[in-house]
Amino acid sequence: MTRVAILRYPGTWSERDFQHALSLVEGIATEIVWHAECDLRGFDAAIVPGGFSYGDYLRAGAIAKLSPGTKELRRFADEGGAVLGSCNGFQILCEAGLLPGALVRNASLEYRCDWIHVRIESDRTPFTTGLRRQVLRMPIGHGEGRWVADPDTLAAVEAAGQVVFRYTDAAGAATADANPNGALANIAGVSNRAGNVVGLMPHPERCAEALLGGTDGYRIIANLAKAPHGTAAAVYR
Amino acid sequence: MSASPTISGTKAAKPNRESRGSASADPHVEVGLTDAEATRVREIVGREPNRLEWAMFGAMWSEHCAYKHSRKLLRRLPSAGPGVAVGPGENAGAVDLGDGLLCVFKVESHNHPSAVEPFQGAATGVGGILRDVFAMGARPVAVLNALFFGPPDDARVRRTVSGVVGGISVYGNCVGIPDVAGHVSFEPCFAENPLVNAMCVGFVERERLRTSTGAKPGSAVYLVGSDTGRDGIAGASLLASFELGAGDDRKRPSVQVGNPFVEKLLLEATLELVAVDAIEAVQDLGAAGLTCASSEVAAKSGVGMRIDVGRVPRRARGMTALEVMLSESQERMLVVAHGDTTLALLPPRALADDAPEYDVTQWASSEPATGPTLPRIGGLSLGGSSDDMAQGDQALRETARPSTSGASPLQKIGLELLELLASPAVASRRTLYRSFDSMVGTDTVLGPGADAAVLRIKGRPDGIAVAIDAQPRVAAIDPFAGAALAVAEATRNLVCVGATPLAITDCLNLGNPERPRGAYDLEQTVDGIRAACDALGVPVVSGNVSLYNATRGVDIWPTATIGAVGRLADVARHIPATTGRPGDLVLLAGNALVSLGTSAYGAARGIHEGPVSLDLAAEARLQRFVLAAHAAGAVRAAHDRSDGGLGVALAELAIRDGVGMKVTLPAVRGLDKRVTLFGEGPSGVVLVVDPAREAELRALAEREQVAVWTLGTIGGDLLEVAPVLGMPVASLVRAHGGGLAAALGRAD
Repeated sequence: MTRVAILRYPGTWSERDFQHALSLVEGIATEIVWHAECDLRGFDAAIVPGGFSYGDYLRAGAIAKLSPGTKELRRFADEGGAVLGSCNGFQILCEAGLLPGALVRNASLEYRCDWIHVRIESDRTPFTTGLRRQVLRMPIGHGEGRWVADPDTLAAVEAAGQVVFRYTDAAGAATADANPNGALANIAGVSNRAGNVVGLMPHPERCAEALLGGTDGYRIIANLAKAPHGTAAAVYR
Repeated sequence: MSASPTISGTKAAKPNRESRGSASADPHVEVGLTDAEATRVREIVGREPNRLEWAMFGAMWSEHCAYKHSRKLLRRLPSAGPGVAVGPGENAGAVDLGDGLLCVFKVESHNHPSAVEPFQGAATGVGGILRDVFAMGARPVAVLNALFFGPPDDARVRRTVSGVVGGISVYGNCVGIPDVAGHVSFEPCFAENPLVNAMCVGFVERERLRTSTGAKPGSAVYLVGSDTGRDGIAGASLLASFELGAGDDRKRPSVQVGNPFVEKLLLEATLELVAVDAIEAVQDLGAAGLTCASSEVAAKSGVGMRIDVGRVPRRARGMTALEVMLSESQERMLVVAHGDTTLALLPPRALADDAPEYDVTQWASSEPATGPTLPRIGGLSLGGSSDDMAQGDQALRETARPSTSGASPLQKIGLELLELLASPAVASRRTLYRSFDSMVGTDTVLGPGADAAVLRIKGRPDGIAVAIDAQPRVAAIDPFAGAALAVAEATRNLVCVGATPLAITDCLNLGNPERPRGAYDLEQTVDGIRAACDALGVPVVSGNVSLYNATRGVDIWPTATIGAVGRLADVARHIPATTGRPGDLVLLAGNALVSLGTSAYGAARGIHEGPVSLDLAAEARLQRFVLAAHAAGAVRAAHDRSDGGLGVALAELAIRDGVGMKVTLPAVRGLDKRVTLFGEGPSGVVLVVDPAREAELRALAEREQVAVWTLGTIGGDLLEVAPVLGMPVASLVRAHGGGLAAALGRAD
């Protein structure tokens, strides 16, 4: 059994969606963990779900990064634990410095809820094993999902293979039209250097069942069942 | 004829804030009460009330809270039925889905606040309707909205549209409730008085259902959620109960400001309190704030209540008791906890233990109350609530029906179709709804853009379908037919996704009921809903009335917004929003007698006239037929014929998958081809079926006495409608997809 913690901050709203999606994967046990009582010892992976932590009236994730839950998350990640942040989770991980870059207001200045395509650029993460070069169709739902970084950071992230997801059209071409929020280099998700911490704006938990219009998200979360148990550091280093 | 002239119009509304503290005006006039009502108040209280008491009665007996003009009429609506679990009168109504699960829902207006301040008005409209549903102990699972604006090329209307859509987006997305379906109208009568109607749907297990009726003597009363501020003071009596006019900017302090984050915390905290069975009674604070919430709980529970205004946490310094009692600050809930429970010891963890400013705020334990007529709160009985008020008679008189007509210029029909597809009445609403999160919660099986939204229920095979509709263009000609057809369309939309209609909720948006035309429209609207409900077998379980929707003496078109909820026994077997497969047959079922009188095509050409056809028995037969055909597994796709007529219905089917079709217009005696193509009328559904099932379908149709025309087959990349047009589907997709953004001057 892979034990997965799903973090819940005040204002988080995807935690139950993730719990349901992960319940469809054989061999995964989940627990929703309140951020202030977060103890990730004994867990194999942690999910930071979507939502509006603390209302996100400041920059998205700017207050959540100060939570004790985020501190525990940092310890867990440093020890090599697998961490996936989606939507607000990605924003929190960037704010906390666990992932490179920042997420700013969409170029359209509006929230966007839609189906988009992403191409998987790296399989050096616990969530994308065996999926390299695959084009997945997934939902997005965000107002601040435009990934930006200074030129040096962008170059370093690209060079180190830390770009994990890139917005593309259905055929896998990273065009401007396929970019829903104006993200730099069509980047939809990145990892840390070690590859054990991954963030993305799309919602894999919203496309894990055919009834909801797609199953590509299942391919990402199902990888968790194969994740090595225990906080075996170094695996992804 | 006792309806007093003293409160008609805007002049009486204005002095309220300005003359505060001056003793010159009669106190009851200041709070919007008529002389007859004031006499009744003095009788109830048994002396001359003080200023606070006058203000509280003014709020409670305002049109908005008391439904003065509509209360008697609303009793005409059918509210009972085998599936009804909670009827009108509670925060929201509920139907029984079986196996102990209830579906709770209600639609409500936030029109005048949205006219004065579109963003906050719409945002707090969403907040209010969410609270109505979770105050029942139900977890909200979907929001729908019906929006009515003026012409989209008007700069002021564009600002209103951006504000309203932005407010709904920011609030609903932040709380994390998907916005799954809607209705949008653009008509000149809404230019300065837009309508913003929001509906919420939630689920609750029967044993967790909570109401405002269970408070017992000796139990503690808590105010949970936001602090109380000066925002929205007297919004119910001032803003919602008078016409809009000059000087509305000065009413801005009467509009509340929303905080969706606190709403989310309040939602989770309320559901946690329900889960640990701590709640005896619960009531959200909406119109007239603490005054209304406390007196409703007291009246419905049959107990008195002693509350200490001094203990209410405030957001502003120096607030008076009157301000505290009438504040409409958002995100607050009145909770009566079981006698032996202390809320502070409970784990409403959602209220952020590390964010004390959002902590549960508690105040005032109610002294043991002794009887149903307890005269507390300064010796004032509000126990009888607004039932006691004086009711004025209304002269009901029909006025001349508006009617204009003009000739339609002859153009190429194909280009006319493109024009119609791109027009504000018909074009895709995607440019608006894509800023609403429609998928959070992972229950949305069919979202915006379909005839109705479909939601699954985790852990169960069944699901629900929801739709919201209105027919203002029809109601302008005939308010009875307009209201009845709104019920017909909302339920027909459920049927088009394969769901059996269970019940509806209604929001009646009308003009000034003190004028004969307004009173007539109100009565006709209620009777139209009743007739349709009776014919279609759906009760009304909740609703809301918004009157005084008029600008400078001109009423809006009577607009009954109908939210409908249906059930699918097997949610996986809904009718999908597809075009169908190449070779499938395209049929028209129901009524082919259409006209341009109230059509979108006619409206663009200056035609707006009666008569309106209406056959509710035929509508019922059509709905039964489509459901029977779906139950037999013979329906591949279905689409309601509505705005734009058959031509648009066929085009919208083709647009779904980008697949064309080759069809022939049905030959209808006496109808011109343009009328057959673009004319509108009730009770028409386009069906796409497997050709092998045609005979079986016709037999079913015959059984229900529903007419069926075989129009043609699916296939190719053209929409060919012989003998009038042939258009590439790609051109239809462009016109329909980009039309509204272009009309609103928005980047797409």
